[in-house]
Amino acid sequence: MEYTWDFKVILDSFPLLLRGLVVTIELWILAFAIGLSLGFAVSLARVSSRGWLNAPAIGYVEIFRNTPVLVQLIWFYYAFPIVLGAQLSPFTAAALSLTLNTSAYCAEIFRGGIVSIARGQWEGAKAIGMTRAMTMRRVILPQVLKRMLPAFTNRGIELAKVTSLASLLAVNELMYQGRLLSSTYYRPLEILTVVALVYFVLIYPGSYLSARLERRLAARD
Amino acid sequence: MQYQWDFAAVWNHFDLLIVGLIGTVELALVSIVLGVIVGFLVALMRLSHRRALRTPATAFVEFYRNTPPIVHFFWFFYALPIVIGLSFEPFTAAVLALSTQSGAFYAEVFRGGIVSIERGQWEGAKALGMNYRTVLRRVILPQALRRMVAPFVDRSFELTKTTALASSLAYAELLYQAMQVNSITYRPMEVYTTIAIMYFIVLFAASNLMRLVEYRLARVG
Amino acid sequence: MSDTVIRIRNLHKRFGDLHVVKGVDLEVKRGERIAIIGASGSGKSTILRCLNFMEMPSDGTIELDGKVLGTEARANDGAAARTYSESELCEVRTRVGMVFQQFNLFPHMTVLENVMEGLITVKRTPKEAARSRATEQLAKVGLQDKLHAYPGKLSGGQQQRVAIARALAMDPEVLLFDEPTSSLDPELVGEVLRVIHALAEEGRTMLLVTHELGFAYHFADRVVFIADGIVYETGTADDVLKHPQKERTQAFLARFTERAF
Repeated sequence: MEYTWDFKVILDSFPLLLRGLVVTIELWILAFAIGLSLGFAVSLARVSSRGWLNAPAIGYVEIFRNTPVLVQLIWFYYAFPIVLGAQLSPFTAAALSLTLNTSAYCAEIFRGGIVSIARGQWEGAKAIGMTRAMTMRRVILPQVLKRMLPAFTNRGIELAKVTSLASLLAVNELMYQGRLLSSTYYRPLEILTVVALVYFVLIYPGSYLSARLERRLAARD
Repeated sequence: MQYQWDFAAVWNHFDLLIVGLIGTVELALVSIVLGVIVGFLVALMRLSHRRALRTPATAFVEFYRNTPPIVHFFWFFYALPIVIGLSFEPFTAAVLALSTQSGAFYAEVFRGGIVSIERGQWEGAKALGMNYRTVLRRVILPQALRRMVAPFVDRSFELTKTTALASSLAYAELLYQAMQVNSITYRPMEVYTTIAIMYFIVLFAASNLMRLVEYRLARVG
Repeated sequence: MSDTVIRIRNLHKRFGDLHVVKGVDLEVKRGERIAIIGASGSGKSTILRCLNFMEMPSDGTIELDGKVLGTEARANDGAAARTYSESELCEVRTRVGMVFQQFNLFPHMTVLENVMEGLITVKRTPKEAARSRATEQLAKVGLQDKLHAYPGKLSGGQQQRVAIARALAMDPEVLLFDEPTSSLDPELVGEVLRVIHALAEEGRTMLLVTHELGFAYHFADRVVFIADGIVYETGTADDVLKHPQKERTQAFLARFTERAF
């Protein structure tokens, strides 16, 4: 089958793709930053010995991990406004659901790190009169943050990929622009391939760094 | 804000959702089986001493790990038919996207399992005069398979969630069917909450079932 | 049939920039027992591991029963190197057996299955014949009551005896021992050495890399002292271990204060 590639289409559509890329990155940074902090809060509730804190945190994490992200996006865009009583913009709905989704995964990473620290550390800190909050900040977190770094990087990579689902809510990010352009020009092969490559260029450095980091940390232990 | 819940509207069309659920399970199972085959072959290529085999396999894995699944879905549905000159059913395109993508991840599962077996096992077997294939089949894989179960389950779980993206190709899986029910009933809250619960039940049950199998295997081993 | 089983000529092994074996020549006669000694890092294990191609020689030739192994080829850098086909290597390895420092038993198989494995998959022995041969070999190393145990349940000494039975089952012409007692607790060394000694009585051709100089003295027809990747001194056990001629050998032996030959 002979197919003539049209490279001009790629050049023509590049400015619009770049504009989409900017929205992708905005969405990514927003969801990752808030997702991380929220995830930490959830993990504290998750490791708490109080049932009324612990149980909802488990429910929260499990709901987000056991349903498809796309369903979460659709739910926050179409269903959530009904209880809220106000329409959300596609970007807000996407940012909200991606943030909450990311926070659930980050909560599990934080929790894994926190419980991996031996009880002796907590007891040692308690014995010198430290409060729980102080112990967490001065003793526990410094030990685990480094160890959790590869897991967080992986989460960041997953999130970067998942932002593309916002295109299905018509958020004008990279994938959306790609689909729009490919139907405008009738050139899905060129444009979708370029979109894939742009994502690759965006994400690959992160996963390369993450793999190196993991090897370095593994070598040290 | 007082919202009148009306699950009866959903209940009346529950048969449509059941059709969707079956579509989801079908898509997931077919893609898992094909993905495992792709993954095994790619893993063998990555472990090969020949660069001509290793390099394309590595490129394959890295490409899929660093690009979003939705791009693959659209690429297989809209772009590939142009190259090969025949169009695909949504199901076929979805299977292609899912099985190649999960193949890249399964390849890493296989490779990780195989390289985790210490060098002495290779040497012990080779010293008896076994060739590469026999060593792999009789000595390495039986030990490696046990270690692969957990990451394999995680990957298949992710794949099952990703099947929701097939809705964007109008394949009648659970999310797509929910959209249809929603357009009949105008009850997004009830419809999307219902399918979220359905996904949750299926995924939660499946992952816990697999954990049990995993636990059993670990005890046998 | 010639009297010489293995002839090594100008063997070299490099790991990247590290030149570990620097031109070794050695001849092994049928029925001969050779002990290879030397400091750690001297290259003695590497030489042994080249003989059944656990390591690929960087240069030089290995002859088995008068036949030079491999075919000559030009490497990328223009230097002469040999290539070996997988089928040839497999064949050589069934004729040159090896016992490893770390035993390398298959943990997912019972003791009996470990010993049967090579017979069935490599030698295509029928299952019943393989079973009786394996049982016989295990009885020989004193483990007839452990046939259905998994290696993980055995002591290090028992595991090493299984490994010896596994190598013996293939009926190799030459047996290589790569520091077979180095990873054993001291009280378990004796049982393994007794088994090796019994094999020596049978007249098997054996090469043993070891730190057990006392055992080497009683075991070996010939002792080879390796230093810096070359054969530094060689001769009878008496020559090398009791009356070493060269300074390096003397210095090495002097470090073993408890020499009870």
